Amino acid sequence: MSHIVVDENRCKACYLCVKECPKHLIKVSKDKVNKLGNSVVEFDDPNHECLGCAMCATRCPDLAISEVYRG
Amino acid sequence: MATQVFKIPNTIKKDAKFTFCPGCDHGVAVRLVAECLEELGVIDNTIAVCGIGCSVTIYDFIDMDALEAPHGRSVAEATGVKRAKPDKFVFTYSGDGDYASIGLAEGMHAALRGEKITSICINNTTYGMTGGQLGPTTMLGQVTTTSPTGRNIEYYGYPIKLAEHIALCDGTAFSARVSLDTVANIKKAKQAIKKAFEVQLKGLGYSFVEILSTCPTNWRMTPDKAHERVQNEMMQVFKPGIYKDVTVENV
Repeated sequence: MSHIVVDENRCKACYLCVKECPKHLIKVSKDKVNKLGNSVVEFDDPNHECLGCAMCATRCPDLAISEVYRG
Repeated sequence: MATQVFKIPNTIKKDAKFTFCPGCDHGVAVRLVAECLEELGVIDNTIAVCGIGCSVTIYDFIDMDALEAPHGRSVAEATGVKRAKPDKFVFTYSGDGDYASIGLAEGMHAALRGEKITSICINNTTYGMTGGQLGPTTMLGQVTTTSPTGRNIEYYGYPIKLAEHIALCDGTAFSARVSLDTVANIKKAKQAIKKAFEVQLKGLGYSFVEILSTCPTNWRMTPDKAHERVQNEMMQVFKPGIYKDVTVENV
């Protein structure tokens, strides 16, 4: 099952990944805040739509999307 | 069975957290360099020379030997390192304020001498770390803290196009300009960096990559808008492409 791993403590809340995901599976968390004080992003994929394309991880400037699995 | 298609390169230090501003493409550039060093297997043999500016922090993130050069002298220092230790893999990493301004003579003459080193220059059209002053690559009309009415030709002159200038030097083996505005261009940027590194490993001459990056903080833009500016304004003037590649011309 394709999925990504978000390292929340690295997220600086630029939200470039939110726009990049072709399936719109990355969302800004409403209640989660990391040590930097940023509202972090969340991977929300209830219908298993993730393609494992790794575009979000390629775009992320801060290695916050640390792992991507495909298949 | 899911296969891992992306991981943080092993060459990045454990628990390293980039200190760049949110949305700055500099982090992508550092990661691409780390990935290329890992894929080419040269990390244990590498000596990096860092310039002054935001780029200097690369040795905090990549697990390699590194030297810190005075402002603009990274290429001169790298020349000395490579001549003293010709078997080492030597590259410089600096911004446009470092390479194109005070370090232009060093970079240009290293290219003319055909030093077997690689230079990576991040072009964000401003002095990022010191607060967004006008730099040699600042675009015409661009408002900075030291050009509040925008860069005009009469007073400040024209921005420098580094990749073209370096390509004109006879000692240059590879010169390219790449952008980090889209995922497709990030992939192309990685290919260019890898090619530049391979050119050094083959001992063909000086290799240079100029990377168009964003500076959302000093441009006073959101990261998204900053990428739009790269596409709509910067890439019209600083056209991405490979300006010199001796490996192709020799075939």
